[in-house]
Amino acid sequence: MASMLKQALREPVWHVNGRIAFALVGLTVFLLLFPLLDPGAFYLHLMILIFMYAVMSQSWNVIAGLSGQISLGHGMFFGIGAYTSSVLYLQYGLTPWIGLLLGMLICGVIAVMIGIPMLRLSGHYFAIATLLIGIGCQVVFQRWEFVGAASGLWMPLTEESSWSALQFHHSKAPYYYVFFGFFIVTYLLVWRLGRSKIGFRLRAVRDDAQAAQSLGINVAKYKIIAYAISAIIMAPMGSLFAQYILIVDPDRMFNIEISILVLLMTVLGGIGTIWGPLIGVAILIPISEYSRIYLGGTGGAVDLIFYGLILMLICIFRPAGLISLFPKHVLERERQR
Amino acid sequence: MSLLKVEGLSKAFGGIHANEDISFEIGQGEILGIIGPNGAGKSTLFDLITGYTRPDRGSIRFDGQNIFGLKPDRVSRLGIGRTFQKLKPFTDLTLLENVMIGAFAHEPDIRHARDKALEIIDFVDLIEKRHHFARELSTGQRKRLELARAMATEPRLLLMDEVTGGVDQKTIPGLVALIRKMKDAGVTIATIEHNINIIMEISDHILALDQGQRIAFGKPEDIQNDQRVIDAYLGTVDVA
Repeated sequence: MASMLKQALREPVWHVNGRIAFALVGLTVFLLLFPLLDPGAFYLHLMILIFMYAVMSQSWNVIAGLSGQISLGHGMFFGIGAYTSSVLYLQYGLTPWIGLLLGMLICGVIAVMIGIPMLRLSGHYFAIATLLIGIGCQVVFQRWEFVGAASGLWMPLTEESSWSALQFHHSKAPYYYVFFGFFIVTYLLVWRLGRSKIGFRLRAVRDDAQAAQSLGINVAKYKIIAYAISAIIMAPMGSLFAQYILIVDPDRMFNIEISILVLLMTVLGGIGTIWGPLIGVAILIPISEYSRIYLGGTGGAVDLIFYGLILMLICIFRPAGLISLFPKHVLERERQR
Repeated sequence: MSLLKVEGLSKAFGGIHANEDISFEIGQGEILGIIGPNGAGKSTLFDLITGYTRPDRGSIRFDGQNIFGLKPDRVSRLGIGRTFQKLKPFTDLTLLENVMIGAFAHEPDIRHARDKALEIIDFVDLIEKRHHFARELSTGQRKRLELARAMATEPRLLLMDEVTGGVDQKTIPGLVALIRKMKDAGVTIATIEHNINIIMEISDHILALDQGQRIAFGKPEDIQNDQRVIDAYLGTVDVA
């Protein structure tokens, strides 16, 4: 038995699966070189949306997958991030980069303020509260004159493409790299979070809050931490998207569809796993964009019908998400660290 | 000097007196056995001490400090660990990860927490199962998991709720040996037990409850001869 312990102590804390690591490095290099292959505006746009939703879904995955709290109004942090940088840029000429950071700060503070009363409650109250606050936010911005009310705000075009104003007129490639950078950093940080003391304590809170308490874990505090981290991840996507389309309006930025999509994509790919959100996004975003192309306009919401169908199939056949289609031994080995 | 001193502890749920004026103490390094028929208030007593249920009145002093009404996580951080009668493993995590979460109480560094968890898993003789998910373990193994997880928080007092309950007969001696091993490692223990032979064998003192009341508190040999205990509890064992 003693030798078994010695052997166990010699095992690496992090088990790195060589083939998965190799595939990820290869994928990263490919994505870095992708714009140089001159793929055209549509494919760059598609990839930008994939990076953006991959980050947004990962944000939802932190609160829902890691700590087990279902937020139904997560798009609110996207909208607040978008408005913070846009309003500061238009009213005070502040570079969107600073606005983006301030948006993250504001969203973190708001998450703590919502979390303190709401995350003390157990059961479905948090989900209901976030849904209502999310809808309420949209209504407020629809009526708030200072931020353009229902018609929103338009960013004036700069004469030249500019990194400080975050506007690029000749190519989508710079936007591609900005979103790609946020995507890589977010996934690395969340991966690291999942393998930290905080990450393990959040899983404990998710699996059994009472048992977690018996181990000295302040359950409410950890839920609030997860919610704040989640909000801070979501906020910059709003700021960047506002700069990408150069308009912020309440119907777009606070669309309830955003909150539903991040949930759908994460559940489709595999909730509570690091790659699940990315897998879900990589499948749903192309479906959505192609349905727009072939059916015109907004795609006649056919994509949403399709999403609903996929979700039903997932619930019936693959409740753990598409990631569970990977060979079991690969995933199990991935866990042995 | 006693490590835990409980005086006049009471809790009523509606009209039911789950615990009524309960007093006892546990000396440093001792094992206290808690017995009583179903519904006697044994688990409620643990919930009151560890903060899962707020007591109506009374006093609870742990190592001289008043812990009455503190939240469960505070109580845990002060050095009282517990296991649950209805087991609460983190099912989607491995045995090692379960115990690591306990070890994080004193070890923020993941490598140190991992090493400490492995040593405790070895202590409860489950080292070969370390990478198994909690849901894959047998009931007896899950009991060991809960003990290991609680041990990883370095408790000075460990409250065990029916460690030998719900497991098959051949698993029991190993679990009893483990309780002794924990005592030898310096942990003070309070254990709820239905198996009267085990409780007589391992306890330094015994607290007997019936219908929320304390009916006896003393050394095992005194408890064995106490008429109220015999009437309430031991008598039924003889009949069976």
